[in-house]
Formats: sequence, C-alpha cells, structure tokens
Amino acid sequence: MEGKRSVRMCCLCNERRASLNRPKTLEQICRECFYLAFEDEIHQIIVSNRLFIRGDRVAIGASGGKDSTVLAYVLSKLNRIHDYGLHLFLLSVDEGITGYRDDSLETVHRNQIQYGLPLKVVSYKDLYGWTMDEIVKLIGLKNNCTFCGVFRRQALDRGAAFLKADKLVTGHNADDIAETVLLNILRGDIARLSRCSSIITGEDGPIPRCKPFKYTYEKEIVMYAYFKKLDYFSTECIYSPNAYRGFAREFIKDLERIRPRAILDIIKSGENFRISTTTKMPEQGTCERCGYISSQKWCKACVLLDGLNRGLPKLGIGRSRVAIGCKEENESHGGKSIESKQCGSLDF
Amino acid sequence: MACNGAGGCQSGCYKDEETTCDQPTTAPSETDSKSSSNLCIKCKLNDVVSGYGGIDDGRFCADCFRSNLFGKFRLAVTSNAMISPTDKVLVAFSGGPSSRVALQFVHDLQERAHKNFEASRDRSLPVFGVGVVFIDESSVLSIPSHEMEEAVEVINLIVSSLAPPRKELHFVPIETVYSSDSSDGKERLIELMNVVSDPTGREDMLLSLRMVALQKVASEFGYNRIVLGSCISRIASHVISATVKGQGYSLPADIQYVDARWEIPVVLPLRDCFAQEINMYCRLDSLKTIKLSTCPSSSINSLVSSFVTLLQEENPSRESTIVRTAGKLIPFHFNRIPEIIDGNVPLATRRRQKRYNLKSNESVSSESFCPLCNSPLDKSEIVDWSNHNNCRSSDTFYTSCCSSCQFQILPSDSTSMEKFYTDLPHSMVARANKVNNDKLNALREQIQDCLLSDGEDET
Repeated sequence: MEGKRSVRMCCLCNERRASLNRPKTLEQICRECFYLAFEDEIHQIIVSNRLFIRGDRVAIGASGGKDSTVLAYVLSKLNRIHDYGLHLFLLSVDEGITGYRDDSLETVHRNQIQYGLPLKVVSYKDLYGWTMDEIVKLIGLKNNCTFCGVFRRQALDRGAAFLKADKLVTGHNADDIAETVLLNILRGDIARLSRCSSIITGEDGPIPRCKPFKYTYEKEIVMYAYFKKLDYFSTECIYSPNAYRGFAREFIKDLERIRPRAILDIIKSGENFRISTTTKMPEQGTCERCGYISSQKWCKACVLLDGLNRGLPKLGIGRSRVAIGCKEENESHGGKSIESKQCGSLDF
Repeated sequence: MACNGAGGCQSGCYKDEETTCDQPTTAPSETDSKSSSNLCIKCKLNDVVSGYGGIDDGRFCADCFRSNLFGKFRLAVTSNAMISPTDKVLVAFSGGPSSRVALQFVHDLQERAHKNFEASRDRSLPVFGVGVVFIDESSVLSIPSHEMEEAVEVINLIVSSLAPPRKELHFVPIETVYSSDSSDGKERLIELMNVVSDPTGREDMLLSLRMVALQKVASEFGYNRIVLGSCISRIASHVISATVKGQGYSLPADIQYVDARWEIPVVLPLRDCFAQEINMYCRLDSLKTIKLSTCPSSSINSLVSSFVTLLQEENPSRESTIVRTAGKLIPFHFNRIPEIIDGNVPLATRRRQKRYNLKSNESVSSESFCPLCNSPLDKSEIVDWSNHNNCRSSDTFYTSCCSSCQFQILPSDSTSMEKFYTDLPHSMVARANKVNNDKLNALREQIQDCLLSDGEDET
C-alpha cells in the first residue's frame, strides 16, 4: 500500500477495490472474488457430498424467492462450467395464496425464460381440492403452516414424479437448517433432530432431496442476488406471522451478530448428535389411503385433508390419543400446547 | 454452580415469612379471583402457593411443595448412588439460590442420617461428611471488595447455622490453581485471562479454571464427591449454548446426574428442579442468598439464557422439554459413579448402584479429552500424532484442544500461544501430557514382550 489510501483493496486478489464484508468470514473483498468464492464453495459441497451423478434429472424447488432463484441461477451456471451433465427443471408449488403466491409465481415464470429451464407448476387446488386461502378461512391463522408444509411436501414429490426427476433440490440455507436444529431441540422431536442436518434426506422415500445451500449463509445469498441483480420476489408469506420458528430466527439473528460462525456450529452440533438406540423412533410404512410414505396408518396429508373435508379442522393437530381416521377430535394437552404448536414443521 | 435465577417469583405476591411454625402460607386473595381457595392437589388440606411460575405453579401447598422439591433431590441422590455413608461430600457454594438449596438439602439428608446414627444401638451405618467451598473469583471478575467481605460474613453465618453435624468451610481464591507451581499465581492468572479476547471464551475459561480449583480443594482435603447445584434451567441453557458452539458431540457429558471424568466425581442432585421452584423455596424458608455484582455480559452464554428465559415464560414446560430431548443423546461411560469395590460400603448401596449402572452399556468405552475444558473430542478433533513430531509444546497443546476452545479461547498466532501456554496452571498442562503418555503406554504394554531393550528414543 503506498501512501495513505482511504480505499481498501480486496484481500483475496489485491487488484480490485473491496466493496463488501463477506458475512461468513468478515473478509473485505471485491465483488468478483465474492462471486467466485460463493460459487466455488457450493461446487465443492456438491462434489464432496456426491449430490449428483451424470445424467440426473434434477427438479429445483422454485418458489420465486431469493433462495430458489439463486439456487437455479448458480446450479445452472455450475452445471455449465463444470459440466455436471444434469438435466435441470424448475418445479413450483401453487398453494393458492392470493397476493403472495400469484406474484411469486410470475417471478418463476420469468426465471424460466431468464435461465432457460423448463417449468412445471403443481397446485393444491388440483391435488387436494383446497387452496390455502380456503383453508385459512376455515381454520384461521393458527396451525395453517402445518397444513401448508405437509401438503407442499407431497406436492413437490408428485411434481418431481411427473417430471421423472431423480433428485429434488431445495434452497434451504444454513440459517434454515440451524433454525430447524434448534426448533427440534425445543420441541423434543428427536426423530427429526437426527435427520434434519443431513445434506441428502429421503433416500428411502419416493425421491431423494438435497440441500446444496446447507453451509451457505442467508446473508450471502441475499448479497449474491443483490449484486447480480437477480429477479426474485421478497415478501413474507401473508399467513405466517405466528410461526414458532420466529423465536428461533430472532435468536439466530442475534447470535450471528455476536459470532457469525455460530450458525455453522449449530449445524455441526446437529451432525454430531448421537441418539440413544433405546429411544423409540417411528417406523416407516405406507399410507393406507394414498400409498405415500408414512409412519402412521394414514399419512399426515390424508389426515389433514380428511379433517378439512369433514369440517373437523383440528384433526391431526396436536397430540392424539385416538387412532387416526376415527370420528373424535383430538384432545388438547392443556390449552397451551395447541396455541404454541409449531408451524413451519417442514418434513425433510 | 449457582443457577442464574432466571424467571424468579414473577408476580411478587410473596412475602418472606419466618417458618417457625408449620403454618401453611396462603396466596393473597387478590390474585385468586377464580375461586376463594385452591386446595393442594396432594394433601387436599391446605391452600396452594402460587405465583412463582413453572409447571407446578398453584398445585401444591407450602408443605407439599417443600416435600415435593426435596423428594426430587432425594430421588436423584438415591437412584444414582450419589452419596454413600462412607463418602465425604464437598458442596460447591456460590451463594446463589441453587447452591443454597443444594447445601440445605444435603444438610437435611446428613442431619437425618446423623439422627438415625445416634438412635441406632450398634451404630453400624456411618454418616457421610459434608464440606462447603466458595471459590473467590474477585481477582478476575473485579468484584468490589466490600461486597466480597459482606459475602464472606454471610456465608460463614449460613454454614455455621447448618450444624450439627458440623461442616468444614473452605474459602479459596481462584488463583489456587497455581498454588503448587509458583507464588505469583494471581499475576499469571490475570495475564492468562487477558490473552482471551472473546467474551464467551473468557467466561468458559473461567468455568474450566473453577472446576480445576474445585478438584484441587476436594483432593487436598480428602473429599470424594463434589456437589453442584445445577438445576434444569441451567442445564437447558447449557444444552442450547453447547449446541451453538458446535459441541454437539460432547454435550451429553455435561448434563447427566453424574460426571466422573474428573478425579473427584461431580454430581448434580438438583438436576430435576426448576429455577423457579428453587427461588420459591428460598423465599418460603427465607434462605439467605448472595449475588455479587459483575459487569454486564455480552457473551453467547448470556444471550442463550435470556432466550431460554423468554421461551420458558411463553411455555413453562419448555426447559424440561429441552433437557428431556438432550437426555435422549447417548451419555458417556463416565456418566455414572464408578463401581464401588470398597468393602466398607454397605452391600445395599453397592447393589443399588450396580442396578442403576446397567443402562449405559451402549456408550463408547474410550475417549480423548480436550486438556482445557475436558470435553470429549469428536472424530474430527482427534489428532494424528505421527505428523506432529517436532512441534513446540505450545503448538502441540493447541492441536490437542477441541475446536471450540481453539476458536474462542486460544490465541491464533504462535507467539501469543507460547505465552498463553507458559501461563497455564501446571495441572492443565500435565493433563495434556498425561493423555499422550497414556496412549503410548497403552500401546507399549501390548508389545512389551517383544521389545529388546529399555530406554529407546521415546519422548
């Protein structure tokens, strides 16, 4: 450095001006080095975890939000530069939420054109006969995330089957997975705790799912999208304000401020948890009604749907002492347990 | 040691009362708008006490509340064979509510045993001994000296009031960890702590040193058990903060009833009690506690404990869910009292202990430990020593520590690391060397019969 410069140089290439602090490492780097580091790290994750094999048909879960847009962009770029030999598709779910999903779907349609990837849209209305708007009208704003999450999982699997996909990728990032690890500890869900930090899940189910962004910070995804001026839709779902996940999210934001690497440390802890074999874990079977994988007689989607169709919206919510498929409503475990029932209990 | 007393008596409806007579204490009528009197669900005779939060709030009367809390303590002690009649138990006392209650309950147990002893004709069952230790951390935490003097007075009063049987009280400054090495322990300690810049690292380093001090006092004065007052609330915070620091592998080691990694096993008899209950107990019985003023903390530990407090307020069973979930992780082989072979210990105690020890046979049998915090190392942290032959001992020390200590405590450059290493208390350094020597010795034993001559070029 000659003389007194008020301008910092990128600490990686030392050629260009530093224009940002990298959230993960706090290095002061230029944009180009950031893009390179970002893309290369994801490439290394894909390779070292052997997420794909040549010729795989890969469905990218695309909501139009920043994670899935950046995922589609980066994956198609890496597919090209590193010649993965993958056939990529965009797969989108229309939950039927006016003023939210219809806008984000437009974004996905634009992505289809921008990235040159074929698009398939599956809707709750077609699959289940209900839109989220209709469901919320019936059950209100408590437990609506449970319905949406359960339905979405099946919807993605069905869409992927339609596309004859070998794998499904989603844009879940490090912040999401850290939140989920914490949530599962708080909720006492030991079964999910053992699975949620894996980069590939559902290998014994209809279609394996991968999360290439498992070690990627949400902040970096936002930064990438911002600098690259990628087209995405950035509003919170209008039905989500009461989600329990919000507690964990706030906490993680505070944590990130004190120690950025804590997010990855949570994931590391999740990977290192060893569950006692004497703990009772649910056994995997198939749903009697629709054949989907399920640990109970009926899969959760069928239970919820049954409840909706019979005007018993609380069926399948909370802990039940009654066999699924019977007429009685579930008991509540004290008033509090239903109110604080977690939404966003995304099955991985 | 002390529970951090989060979520204490919230409505503040409780007045301190002298419990000279067995009067049931009643909740003030203005909070009881629903019914004129809520009867205790256990004895159905007296009115409930309430307002302290927690899942049992408003269910028990004062007497049943007390016996319920003591019952949890006693169950933990007996099912884990924590205290046998021939033991000498050291209670780690910080002055906070949890360690106060732990001390009280240990005393109650001892008093009971003493009465039985006096009453029995043959005096066959001895009474276990109890000592109390207070670790003075004022050289590191900058506590005003008048506060410390007051605290010492109060503690002296408390311990002398808990007799008979008489209890030895030890006041020990934290720099005692250096006492066998040198006379400038305090300076070395301050220098050591100054190298640690991360606030969480400082707190955790102090915790490690505190345990070293406790172990030292215990072995010096012939105690064979250390009692910590850690309650559910404290353990729930630890579960989250260990998760957040990437210590998912070693987490189960710190949260069980028994931790026998150390030379003197550490037991947690209040592990099933909530901070809210403990605070209530102190109020009911007017147990004096002390709280030393320390600087506000910006560490991860304090962020986590505020988070857990928040969750507990939102749902009173949250802390127990957290601890129950973590309880489903596999504990380590050292999480039980080592089998008692001493013939002097009554057969009944030995049998009971054997029965309760059976469950952990699925745990792994051998672990490597971080020399700084003594947590078991996971696979990625275990070092292949064949690549590290000619390193400085300070670098060797660095490599043998867990990744969490490496990040938040140890300095990253070699020169500062060297300085840090020389400032470490000898016992920690010895721990690191012992581990390596033990490994070599174990290997050597296996091939001993094939070795030709002694004194090879070993380090």
